Amino acid sequence: MPDIILKAEHISKQYRLGLVGTGTIRDDLKRWWHKVQGKEDPFLKIGDVNDRSIKGESDYVWALQDINFEVEQGEVLGIIGKNGAGKSTLLKILSRVTSPTTGEIKTKGRIASLLEVGTGFHPEMTGRENIYLNGAILGMTKAEIRQKEEEIIAFSDCERYIDTPVKRYSSGMTVRLAFAVAAHLEPDILVVDEVLAVGDAEFQKKAVGKMQDISKGQGRTVLFVSHNMVAVKSLCTRTIVLEHGKVVFDGNTDEALSHYLMNENEIKTEMFWNEKDAPGNIKAKIKGIRLTAENDNFIIENKMTIEIDYINYLDNQTLNTTIAIFDVNGTHVLSSPDLSRNNLKKGTYSSSIIIDKDFLNTGKYLFTIYLIGNNFEVIAELKDVLSIEIDELGVNRKDYFGYWGGVVRPYFKWQTKKLM
Amino acid sequence: MSTPKDDAWLYTISSKHPLINLNLKEIWRYRDLLMLFVKRDIVTVYKQTILGPLWFVIQPLFTSVIFTLIFNNLGQIQTGSVPPFLFNLAGITAWNYFKECLTGTSGTFTRNQNIFGKVYFPRVIMPMSITISNLLKFGIQLSIFLCFYAYYAFQGTSLGFNSHLFLIPVYILMMALLGLGLGMIISSMTTKYRDLSVLVGFGVQLLMYVSAVPYPVSEAKLKFPEWVVPFVEYNPLTQIIEGFRYMLLNIGSFSWAGFLYTLLISFVFFTLGLIIFNKTEKSFIDTI
Repeated sequence: MPDIILKAEHISKQYRLGLVGTGTIRDDLKRWWHKVQGKEDPFLKIGDVNDRSIKGESDYVWALQDINFEVEQGEVLGIIGKNGAGKSTLLKILSRVTSPTTGEIKTKGRIASLLEVGTGFHPEMTGRENIYLNGAILGMTKAEIRQKEEEIIAFSDCERYIDTPVKRYSSGMTVRLAFAVAAHLEPDILVVDEVLAVGDAEFQKKAVGKMQDISKGQGRTVLFVSHNMVAVKSLCTRTIVLEHGKVVFDGNTDEALSHYLMNENEIKTEMFWNEKDAPGNIKAKIKGIRLTAENDNFIIENKMTIEIDYINYLDNQTLNTTIAIFDVNGTHVLSSPDLSRNNLKKGTYSSSIIIDKDFLNTGKYLFTIYLIGNNFEVIAELKDVLSIEIDELGVNRKDYFGYWGGVVRPYFKWQTKKLM
Repeated sequence: MSTPKDDAWLYTISSKHPLINLNLKEIWRYRDLLMLFVKRDIVTVYKQTILGPLWFVIQPLFTSVIFTLIFNNLGQIQTGSVPPFLFNLAGITAWNYFKECLTGTSGTFTRNQNIFGKVYFPRVIMPMSITISNLLKFGIQLSIFLCFYAYYAFQGTSLGFNSHLFLIPVYILMMALLGLGLGMIISSMTTKYRDLSVLVGFGVQLLMYVSAVPYPVSEAKLKFPEWVVPFVEYNPLTQIIEGFRYMLLNIGSFSWAGFLYTLLISFVFFTLGLIIFNKTEKSFIDTI
């Protein structure tokens, strides 16, 4: 059975909201007084769950609350969560930048963290000098760096500039050099933040490849924190999902990803109205709209269905539903009207449309819905009424991890034939 | 799953921590980083300057000239048989080392929050590196002082080291400890109360004038109002500056009691600084 190399027990972290400054002197004194008397810190009992969107009762919030997990030797553990879920706080605690409010983390190996590449780079020093300085900051000894110097320089593709001050480098070169140093760290446990989001596509591929080498080839324990689900999927064997400072899922990466996707907020996938308030006029009204995806996962690999329920108050009326899709920049992606010129009797109807998989790109989309009557009269217009964020599992990406632009991302087939 | 015994863990990250946590083993592991920081501080200060390292010596020389003009020519401060310029240069050289250590280390947290917020290494490496790189600068300034010393001696001024000269390393240590200790205290406090960083700037300037830098203690006793004298006399820095001049120029006074008193104060400040620094480094990133 593999050894547990790192163990987190009841990790919590409390932050004070608002201004931290001289105003805290009163609380400091209160804390100190309780400590002198041998009592528990009075502020540990209070505090809200960390949810940005809800106004809390207290000035103190728990960025992390009772986090427990174990990491086995050689495991690549992914940590995912939305912005503000506590990922960065957990990283900071793991990398000993700050200490937890309660609980402890025990480790059997040395932890090196990569929360940022190029920490401590000095613009006046040359690339080579910075390799040494940065390497030492990350915990390498001079001898270790000397041993890897050539390898690092080769990996960075900055050979020609290596004895030039870093301030003359392009930002891309600085990042390459910095990542090259970081990639050659050899700690027992490596904690990585989203450093992969740097450089051009070619370099990103190199970076992910290097990460794979580190984790798979060299059997090192890696804790990988990311938004980039494609990278998490390809690297991690096990994944923890954080939400509002708590672990909500811990297990298999695929399950973790779908758990994470299901809990995505800032999306609105359905709306219903009472007949009285419903949008429309005396001819017809929209009762409800619904946007669903296979398995409730809005990802490129799943198709989506939009259903519109409406009431027709007149006999022999043409009622056509139309959708228009916009991206977050306001680009009109498409309109899809129903042009069937139907002839409906009184009653309640439901119309639906399917948006194929492998069609919309990743990102946020807004849906506008119309109900159109006779002579193209607009009976109801619901602007940007539904919104979704589309993610991806990366099935079609194969080995490509880079940027895949475009408003839509259909997966047309290529054909190759031999000409000569 | 196997549960290893507690002693199998390499280290623990926790909210509790001992009062003094000077992990020498860890600092030793990071010794290369310490030296690289020293190198960085020395090499990069005067990059892209014409005079380069000459700036290390220009500053004390010019200050000594000004001091001589104001305090000795205008102010009629007596320096005995020692040329006033040499007297001032000795005081300023010693004072500069203390001052550079203090002002350098007092910004440890605020200036390095970027690095400290991203990577862990024993934080105390930073103030230590500042103290060491300043020691090198001090060495350069001291050798300039010795050049002038030789020049004056060659010109026929009667100069001589004192028999207590062997204490010089201890005096340098005391300066370093005091500067480091005070600097660490101030840097820790500034993470929460920024007022101190403003204070340091002119506070150090004022401190110089009650530390017997541009005048010997005997003159202060003679000419200062009575209530000011204790500030000068019991100021550990006065003891250091005066002792420094006593050993190099054989001027002023020395007492073992004063020496031990200063040594004690230096260690107290250093220890206090270390404790406060230790307490702050754990979570300063949340308050800065």
